[in-house]
Amino acid sequence: MSGPLSPPGLGAGFADPVGDAQRSFRRIMDAMARPGTVVEVGGAVMPPAPLMPATAAVLLTLADLDTPLWLDPISADAAGYVAFHCGCTVVPAPEQAVFGVFADGRRLDGLGRFAVGEADYPDRAATVVIQVAGLGTTGGRRLSGPGIDGEARLAVDGLDDGFWAFQAGNRLLFPLGIDVVLACGHRLAALPRSVTVREA
Amino acid sequence: MAEAATPVLDGYNFAYLDEQTKRMIRRALLKAIAVPGYQVPFASREMPLPFGWGTGGIQVTASIIGRDDTLKVIDQGADDTTNAVSIRRFFARTAGVATTTRTPEATVIQTRHRIPETPLAAGQIIVYQVPIPEPLRWLEARETETRRMHGLADYGVMHVKLYEDIAQHGRIATGYDYPVQVAGRYIMAPSPIPKFDNPKMDRSPALQLFGAGREKRIYAIPPHTPVKSLDFEDHPFAVERWTRRCGLCGAGDSYLDEVVLDDAGGRMFVCSDTDYCAGRRADGHTGEDAGE
Amino acid sequence: MYVAVKGGERAIDNAHRLLAEARRGDPATPELSLDQIDQQLALAVDRVMTEGSVYDRELAALAVKQARGDLIEAIFLLRAYRTTLPRLAVTCPVDTARMSVRRRISATFKDLPGGQVLGPTFDYTHRLLDFSLAAGGGVEPVDTPPGAPTAPTATPKVASLLASEGLIEADDADPAAGPAGDLTRQPLTFPAGREVRLQNLARGDEGFLLSLAYSTQRGYGRSHPFAGEIRMGEVAIEIVPPELGFPVEIGEITLSECEMVNQFKGSRTEPPQFTRGYGLSFGEAERKAMAMALVDRSLRAAELGEEATAPAQDGEFVLMHSDNVEASGFLQHLKLPHYVDFQAELVMVRQMRHDAMAAAEPGDG
Repeated sequence: MSGPLSPPGLGAGFADPVGDAQRSFRRIMDAMARPGTVVEVGGAVMPPAPLMPATAAVLLTLADLDTPLWLDPISADAAGYVAFHCGCTVVPAPEQAVFGVFADGRRLDGLGRFAVGEADYPDRAATVVIQVAGLGTTGGRRLSGPGIDGEARLAVDGLDDGFWAFQAGNRLLFPLGIDVVLACGHRLAALPRSVTVREA
Repeated sequence: MAEAATPVLDGYNFAYLDEQTKRMIRRALLKAIAVPGYQVPFASREMPLPFGWGTGGIQVTASIIGRDDTLKVIDQGADDTTNAVSIRRFFARTAGVATTTRTPEATVIQTRHRIPETPLAAGQIIVYQVPIPEPLRWLEARETETRRMHGLADYGVMHVKLYEDIAQHGRIATGYDYPVQVAGRYIMAPSPIPKFDNPKMDRSPALQLFGAGREKRIYAIPPHTPVKSLDFEDHPFAVERWTRRCGLCGAGDSYLDEVVLDDAGGRMFVCSDTDYCAGRRADGHTGEDAGE
Repeated sequence: MYVAVKGGERAIDNAHRLLAEARRGDPATPELSLDQIDQQLALAVDRVMTEGSVYDRELAALAVKQARGDLIEAIFLLRAYRTTLPRLAVTCPVDTARMSVRRRISATFKDLPGGQVLGPTFDYTHRLLDFSLAAGGGVEPVDTPPGAPTAPTATPKVASLLASEGLIEADDADPAAGPAGDLTRQPLTFPAGREVRLQNLARGDEGFLLSLAYSTQRGYGRSHPFAGEIRMGEVAIEIVPPELGFPVEIGEITLSECEMVNQFKGSRTEPPQFTRGYGLSFGEAERKAMAMALVDRSLRAAELGEEATAPAQDGEFVLMHSDNVEASGFLQHLKLPHYVDFQAELVMVRQMRHDAMAAAEPGDG
């Protein structure tokens, strides 16, 4: 099985769309089910800059014509890639999006504008991918909550300090709130809305 | 002890579902994991097996399973009940995956009405088939109402019902599908497992996924998540106990099925978990009805 | 010694073989062809297409044959097949005003433009078993009445005749509404929009809708219906290929349509006028379309400011229980083993009886 042929300039999606999507999903699910776990995804995926392979893998696995996507101004040039490989509509406002992408964790303008769900339907909330410079599981913040046996650690580089205040506020909204995926090269970790984060 | 390979069905997608449907279910699964115990609506599809016969579990399994997985399917704890055989065969044919009856060898376990006796391990996923996902349904038939109750965590009606049970019967008169509260927030139906199995859900290292096909709901419990069976301080939750042991393997710690032997009141008790029972017998344990 | 029941796999294989044998019946009897089912059991095929939600006579005929004539089983077969089909295009809305009418009746006007056309109907047949059919008799040719149209012409809708006087509510598409929902892609949520309700009813079980509609006629949510118009015939199916940008006809299908005209006393904001209930089905399925129209109207109670007290006016009750594939599956799942749950109940009931008897002991407490 081979992936769709890409016109020049549109990079590469999954080589084996069925198998790659399945493997990628299991790792993303693992990351979401066990916050503080860092998983590898997007082996041969080649998205255009500034998208990282892990970000592209999340979109290739989960986004399609039923999921409007918001790209921050830095990643706006990747619209052609996601439209071609995922078939999703790129929307101008975070409020309309099911998925969002921030290419640089230090520039998070608009993070507070995504849908957080409704009391009767908390699932109607966005999943936001934030690209960061480093991800590690020693040192860093202390995570606790569903999916964590006691406590997990997550060290993140290249993330605006304001993010953690936002995250704490997001936790207070539970069961509403957005779910965050931190991407770094071929690796990612997830911060579902249920996770409680404390300083080291 | 993987079973012999079954010929793979041509002309259908891997694991039957098309990729767009799998993406839709995968998105629902992630939201379900992010909000433990909350029922996420999903556009459940007609499967080639009837609604009510495990289509929710089948759709969840079809959306997560890969060629490297080893699948175990049980119904009533047994690998060889007809519907378990039928579902296991469906995945062997549509996904070509390895299947097993051994709990520790399985990476994905699809179940109806039981949790295996062998404790689940980190990295395993258990998929429950769910007939009625709404724990409040018997108290309030309307979805709009039960959704509002969950939204507000307004669970008074459930506590009143349990309390009335105690007032009337001296105990909470629910033997299976005994309601639980997940991570201190959502009240959740554990599916019709006997309450004997409820403690196995609490802080399990495995990921627990629930699929209700006809009712079109998916929900989840991440690993290590507290799952509390509802009770009162003066009437704490307690599981069933038998005075008997398994007649075949002698186990005194497993859930027992009562088998009627004759029409003169003859009874014997055997493990409902066939793999657990077979494993114990292979290790040399015997029960008093095991014969020679 | 007790031996646990084994051999589920072999039992299933054997059951499948027995089913195949029973399906075929006596091999001395000629086997049914799909053509025969399509042509001579056409209304069974129509019902399976309607509730199976796929317009394909050959597949529906195959489903009827495979299901041994069990139409709910046939509907299930077609639905399960539908799950695997890709979605290639979305058609333009069909225009039933441009239907090539084979049947068209109105109970509200004695005569009207386009005329009353009885067409192939059971109405006015005397239900006497026709033993000549048992003998396999031929069919008399039908005389075409003089002056009958030879080419299809547009037949105006009865409702539009009323609308020109403002006597009936408008049914223009709401420009503010988003794209129509699709139950096969989004789960049903409440309150459901009318287009989603209509989709649910179109796929819904004919027997269920028939009984609900009947209940409204007997006073459980009375809606004073008149059969404004029932029409059946062929309509064109068109799509707009993106590369062309204009509609192209890709075929035609047979539809039955019913527009009920219902009394409405008016409200604070609306003057008295007639309201509508709508029913549509594939093929010739007039009873289904009529029942659907009555239930559609009764489900509009809340929107029209009417008190909703009857089952047929309760959207959640009707829409959650209309689907016979769901209902049949769940009903029949009671055949699956439940001995683990039953054991839990046994333990509980024995314990409770034990407690009750202990409490009843004389001198106790």
